[in-house]
Amino acid sequence: MAMVQATMRPLGEVDNDSILYLDGVSVSFDGFKALNNLSFVVDPGELRAIIGPNGAGKTTMMDVVTGKTRPDEGRVEFNGGIDLTKLDEARIANLGIGRKFQKPTVFEFHTVFRNLELALKGYRGVLDSLLFRRGDDQQARIEEVLETIALTRAADMEAGSLSHGQKQWLEIGMLLMQDPELLLVDEPAAGMTDAETEQTAVLLKRIAGRRSVVVVEHDMEFVKALDCRVTVLHEGSVLAEGSLERVQADEQVVEVYLGR
Amino acid sequence: MNRAVPQRRSGFSFLLTDRGGQILLSVLLVLIIAVPVLNLWVPESSPFHVPTFVVSLLGKYLAFALLALSVDLIWGFAGILSLGHGAFFALGGYAMGMHLMREIGDRGVYGNPILPDFMVFLNWKELPWYWFGFDMFWFAMLMVVVVPGALAFLFGWLAFRSRVTGVYLSIITQALTFALMLAFFRNDMGFGGNNGLTDFKDVLGFNLQSDATRVGLFVATALLLALSYALCRLIVTSRLGSVLVAIRDAESRTRFLGYRVEHYQLFVFTVSAALAGIAGALYVPQVGIINPSEFTPANSIEIVIWVAIGGRGTLYGAVLGAVIVNFAKTYLTGAFPDIWLYFLGAMFVLVTIFLPKGLVGTLPAFPSLSRKSAAKPRHVSPGARPVRQAAPGE
Repeated sequence: MAMVQATMRPLGEVDNDSILYLDGVSVSFDGFKALNNLSFVVDPGELRAIIGPNGAGKTTMMDVVTGKTRPDEGRVEFNGGIDLTKLDEARIANLGIGRKFQKPTVFEFHTVFRNLELALKGYRGVLDSLLFRRGDDQQARIEEVLETIALTRAADMEAGSLSHGQKQWLEIGMLLMQDPELLLVDEPAAGMTDAETEQTAVLLKRIAGRRSVVVVEHDMEFVKALDCRVTVLHEGSVLAEGSLERVQADEQVVEVYLGR
Repeated sequence: MNRAVPQRRSGFSFLLTDRGGQILLSVLLVLIIAVPVLNLWVPESSPFHVPTFVVSLLGKYLAFALLALSVDLIWGFAGILSLGHGAFFALGGYAMGMHLMREIGDRGVYGNPILPDFMVFLNWKELPWYWFGFDMFWFAMLMVVVVPGALAFLFGWLAFRSRVTGVYLSIITQALTFALMLAFFRNDMGFGGNNGLTDFKDVLGFNLQSDATRVGLFVATALLLALSYALCRLIVTSRLGSVLVAIRDAESRTRFLGYRVEHYQLFVFTVSAALAGIAGALYVPQVGIINPSEFTPANSIEIVIWVAIGGRGTLYGAVLGAVIVNFAKTYLTGAFPDIWLYFLGAMFVLVTIFLPKGLVGTLPAFPSLSRKSAAKPRHVSPGARPVRQAAPGE
């Protein structure tokens, strides 16, 4: 299919200002091209929504960025030139990329507080962990994030007993504890009530600015609420990019996705 | 803020925060004091006298309890189901057995001051290199921990690095213990083949047949069980323990938080194997023999059953399970030798169906179980939990 790159920033030289830079990334599984020459750039502090029909490659793109999947070809660079294709999940996470899974994944048998404490930046080594003592700064930081994700009153509850929406927030809170520069958030509004969805959009907009946030989402109302630049994926590559109004007006986008 | 701030750890609080552990340590303390008194100083005619064979039987149970503890550390907390822990136990036992063989000296049947009897019988002329050093107690004790630990480290390094977990790991641990069993059966391995190592005389110069030595071994076993419990408790109540539970429940989440999951698995697997080795070393002088049947795959499965029956993920539950099942085994193999295994199977099935949390999970004496440490697995699917309504708080 024809690549539409008209709306994209020119690619070529490594853009040293970018937080995330994908250039010509392809991944195939048993002959199926999950990503096909995918290229896009996210700026520092930017909030970006990624939409696209099922199988467009949204989750595979996240897998590639976070080190779960190795690309067959292409460049994946973080924070002005760090090559992510050679690193494993733990290294990439510690570089400052946080990831929220599609299905909310928290430590069900730990309390909300302990979940956040485990996500606290640093102390990843075995010995560090054995000797770890929580200090006042860390206590304050955890309480701050509890406040941010509106789970202060649930701090001592086991994460497994939270509602679906609360688990989503807790997972976002865990990303915040990591103090990442880039957050990859996979369908944060899935299974949420309208009120929760609205609050989640507010939360993500607040997080962006200091950090870059990439949100993969299906829910158009939610994307609208995010009010940010939108990238449309289709069959593993970028179909269109721009404001939501603009991509919604794009004929090809309407044809493959929105019009259905 | 109107909310209880979770307590910070200080001093030895990790030992005192769970009832089951307090009870376990208290019972061990009572045994350490009472058993020597009742065996050595209460006359045999008294109804309170504890005969020496009972002392050794109790010592054997406690050695098994330490083995169960080591399995619970990895299975209950890190989700690593080892079906080959009997191998680490047996290796620790062999290290101790080798020392006891060297301590026989020239009192063997053939009177050879260097070579154990079985080597003389095989016409060997000199001691194999790997027997060197075992005449020294400290070296043998070091090997009790180092040999199982090193094997576990190597095995774990290969397995966890390749992200072999779950049932696949269980299967290869079975293969590991089976392979070792076949190897140790061979005479030319130099470990006594089929017969193993036996006819021990002394340990540290004390006659193994004397009441005082037997009591001493029992006390040593109880003490090491208490210390090992404290070590495991220290691990599981630390942040490290929280990470292990996190790995058990959501491995990829842990990985994407930046933890090197394989390092944690490797650490705890190695510690666990070393503890199993200590258990084996305590077991051998009390039963007087170590042979390759200790490597039988079924033995390793039995350990897992002890832990499941006692209560997985609690540490003290594993101890309780090991003691109860082995007590039952002593009785049932005497009373119904042919059908003992059916009893074991029935126990396992009944506990799995009716007491999924094991015996300790159902005792009303432990009300703190539901609140205290989140490190305790409850076999309740998340879907079965009460779902709270979201509390929008902004």
